[in-house]
Amino acid sequence: MLKVEEQEPVAFSLSLIEKFNEIVGRYPEGKQKSALLPILHEVQAEQGWLSVPAMDKVAVYLGLESIEVYEVASFYSMYFLRPQGKYVLEVCRTGPCCLVGAEKILKHIENTLGVKEKEVTPDGLFSWRGVECLAACGFGPVLQIGPEYTFYENLDEQKVDQLIQDLRNK
Amino acid sequence: MGRKLLLEHINVPGINTYDVYRQKGGYRAVEKALKMTPDEVVEEVKLSGLRGRGGAGFPTGMKWSFLAKPEGVPRYLVCNADESEPGTFKDRYLMTHIPHALIEGMIVSSFALGAKTSYIYVRGEMMPQIRILERAIAEAKNAGFLGKNILGSGYDLELYVQPGGGAYICGEETALLESLEGKRGNPRIKPPFPAIAGLYGRPTVVNNVESIAATVPIINDGGEEYSKIGIGRSTGTKLISASGNLVKPGVYEIELGLSVEEFLYSDEYCGGIANGKRLKATVAGGSSVPILPANLTLKYANGEPRLMSYESLSEGGFATGTMMGSGGFIAFDEDQCIVRNTWNFARFYAHESCGQCSPCREGTGWMEKVLHRLEHGQGKLSDIDLLVDVSKKIEGNTICPLGDAAAWPVASAIRHFRDEFEWHVKEPVKSLQMNYGIASYAVPIAKAEVTI
Amino acid sequence: MSDKVKVTIDGITVEVEPGTSILNAARQIGGDIVPPAMCYYSKLQGSGGKCRTCIVKVSKGSEKDPRPMPKLVASCRTTVMDGMEVQNITSPEVMEARSGVVEMLLINHPLDCPVCDQAGECDLQNLGYEHGLQKTRYEFERRTFERIDIGDKIQLHMNRCILCYRCVFTADQITNKRVHGILNRGDHSEISTYIQTAVDNEFSGNVIDVCPVGALTDKTFRFRNRVWFTKPVDAHRDCPSCSGKVTLWYKGEDVLRITARKDVYGEVESFICNTCRFEKKKTADWVLEHPTHISDASVISSNHYETFQPLPVIQENLQLQAANKVELEKTSKF
Repeated sequence: MLKVEEQEPVAFSLSLIEKFNEIVGRYPEGKQKSALLPILHEVQAEQGWLSVPAMDKVAVYLGLESIEVYEVASFYSMYFLRPQGKYVLEVCRTGPCCLVGAEKILKHIENTLGVKEKEVTPDGLFSWRGVECLAACGFGPVLQIGPEYTFYENLDEQKVDQLIQDLRNK
Repeated sequence: MGRKLLLEHINVPGINTYDVYRQKGGYRAVEKALKMTPDEVVEEVKLSGLRGRGGAGFPTGMKWSFLAKPEGVPRYLVCNADESEPGTFKDRYLMTHIPHALIEGMIVSSFALGAKTSYIYVRGEMMPQIRILERAIAEAKNAGFLGKNILGSGYDLELYVQPGGGAYICGEETALLESLEGKRGNPRIKPPFPAIAGLYGRPTVVNNVESIAATVPIINDGGEEYSKIGIGRSTGTKLISASGNLVKPGVYEIELGLSVEEFLYSDEYCGGIANGKRLKATVAGGSSVPILPANLTLKYANGEPRLMSYESLSEGGFATGTMMGSGGFIAFDEDQCIVRNTWNFARFYAHESCGQCSPCREGTGWMEKVLHRLEHGQGKLSDIDLLVDVSKKIEGNTICPLGDAAAWPVASAIRHFRDEFEWHVKEPVKSLQMNYGIASYAVPIAKAEVTI
Repeated sequence: MSDKVKVTIDGITVEVEPGTSILNAARQIGGDIVPPAMCYYSKLQGSGGKCRTCIVKVSKGSEKDPRPMPKLVASCRTTVMDGMEVQNITSPEVMEARSGVVEMLLINHPLDCPVCDQAGECDLQNLGYEHGLQKTRYEFERRTFERIDIGDKIQLHMNRCILCYRCVFTADQITNKRVHGILNRGDHSEISTYIQTAVDNEFSGNVIDVCPVGALTDKTFRFRNRVWFTKPVDAHRDCPSCSGKVTLWYKGEDVLRITARKDVYGEVESFICNTCRFEKKKTADWVLEHPTHISDASVISSNHYETFQPLPVIQENLQLQAANKVELEKTSKF
């Protein structure tokens, strides 16, 4: 059970609201609930995760009950309901990727970053988690990094090291 | 070389742009279709024999003809680009490299169905592909192929890309529609089917990316021409996603009817098993379809060669056959552990169950836990029969096919590889240190050892 | 009115309005052949199809298209067709599949009936009794959740929930604002408000009545008594916000709890407001009608003054008469 007062109130940028308006325009009159998933992606891209105040604001914008937003946000695996590292390394852990070494990559990331799955590194830069099939089985092992979900294919340990180094230096 | 209808120009530089795609003959199908009546377009697709490429293999033309068309009620076409079936990555490939093939197919299909607004529901993880499609839509609109009064035909079409939120279940068409309406991806209870009451309760057709793209060559060359490719009721070409322990994993366009052996071992396609190893097993149509040992992958139980077609892959039923599914071909070499892979798949389905109906919600988690125990050396012999029994209690008793999809891999793995499961129980320590190996499933194999 | 359609369920034919579900057709016949329903609730639109306990076999689709349906179907969400033939308890396949569903519903259920207020009027308990196995085959830790209070009158004990969605539909359709819902997915799904908040609505108490298990219980009745020790009496009052038709559950002189009146399938006749349910616990608040009819099959009837019916053998056997003296005295008293 979450306590709302523990979470900072949020403000959405003007460009984010403009984006909302554009998204709502894609659906017929009165069907603005359809905009919920794309809008949550936009909010997460700007804020890094979906706090209760942020979801409540989305509910008000779309004319929904807050619970409708919580229900949806908690159903889909891409939405973070807790703060994450700046870069979330999401590694595919499903069958075909495991045939070509995904488990080794997961272990390597855990060792390199020194934090467990879904935890955040002390510098706030990284978190990681295993995710289910990313539909790139022929190019495995693969990982993706939001919010643009940049894709890294045919991974080995050196490539992962290089990637983490590059992100640190960014 | 087999004929290529979808990937013919895959290696042309810039084929992802409108200009190059158009130079290579792109959007001819739209020009042609808009001069036909919508019913004539539907008729061509019916003639082609095209079967849904998303997994179920239902004839696309027939699905289209079921669409209700009440006066004054909008109809929708929704493209299912929620590609999430383990082993399947053809739609991502197509959308990344030839996005306009999908856009063109969407225009042709929307026209045929009388849809004025269409959506492409792309899984949220494919954000780069969403950007690619959005750019392609803008280009097509710019060129007059989308928007009001397309090519002066009087036909209007708006096309939007909708991101998912990360849920395999949204590949099920009614869950997809729920998700597109901004809800949890719980599959609907059918009937009514989407053709009667789909998106916003309106008549709707949901088609896979590849099915929609295939309408382009069908309109260009005619349905009859398309139906000449392939074998029997498996007409045309199919994108196969090849993954696992292969020399050349990737996406291949094949003419249906190609032999499995040629697909697996020829240099034109997968090039054989990687690192000189031997083939142990395959999953021929994405993780949901039954796993087959190597011998039954290449040949029927009676020794005849198996082909890459809907009928041939399912020859022998569940006893000795499998299914075409979505064309996700996963190859396992001799070092792979079937128990570990079955557990992995079971975890996938437990993670992806929507939780709406009880046999799937509870049963998938139960199977995952039992398989986890077996894989980690703590299993019991009775666990194997328990798994078969639980899988039977899920299969056929759920709202949507995810229950079946979760049950089949477990049941088939035990059907064909029971001795490997038993070995995990009898040799718990060894099973943690080494793999069971290829056992009696190698190619070639003595006939007497065929496990049925 | 269009013509009625004929459907045969376990060999018994009934004529029903077109559009009737198999389950409701079976309820028109009544008796043993009615499939059990854990999630369907005729008064809640969109309910049903989820728990899968009501699955039946359609051995003949209709007169026009006699082909059987390939899979077992949820009777609550399948419409009858003219000439349809359905097998419920006459099909071993259905009975086996149903016991499979019951097993699934029970693997994560705490089976804490001895301390559960719902015991004695629990649909899952009845279902488990009829279809369940003697012993569980599930050897893993069951899912557990913290108990939470939603409002000061209702307790949510998520461990017992079977995710029938009835309370969600109730909040959507009976109250003006829904603050609880289904969170997460798969076997992590739970009923929750997500954030700490009170369910504050004049009709919120109805979620207790629609809950088929002991997941949502009345805090004003919590641990006060076992239902089979209480005596239900139908009563009414002039209520400005609801029908005011209720059942009072007495222990001696005291009204321990108030519920809506329920029919033989456990569905309320009409939803009642929280004032009637929680605030009016004095006999003086009500006009009493008559003792509530309780089915002989219910454990509540075992202590019920209306229905003690001594077996014939007792009347003939002196030894048994002596053994049942107290009960027999009760019978003659009423």
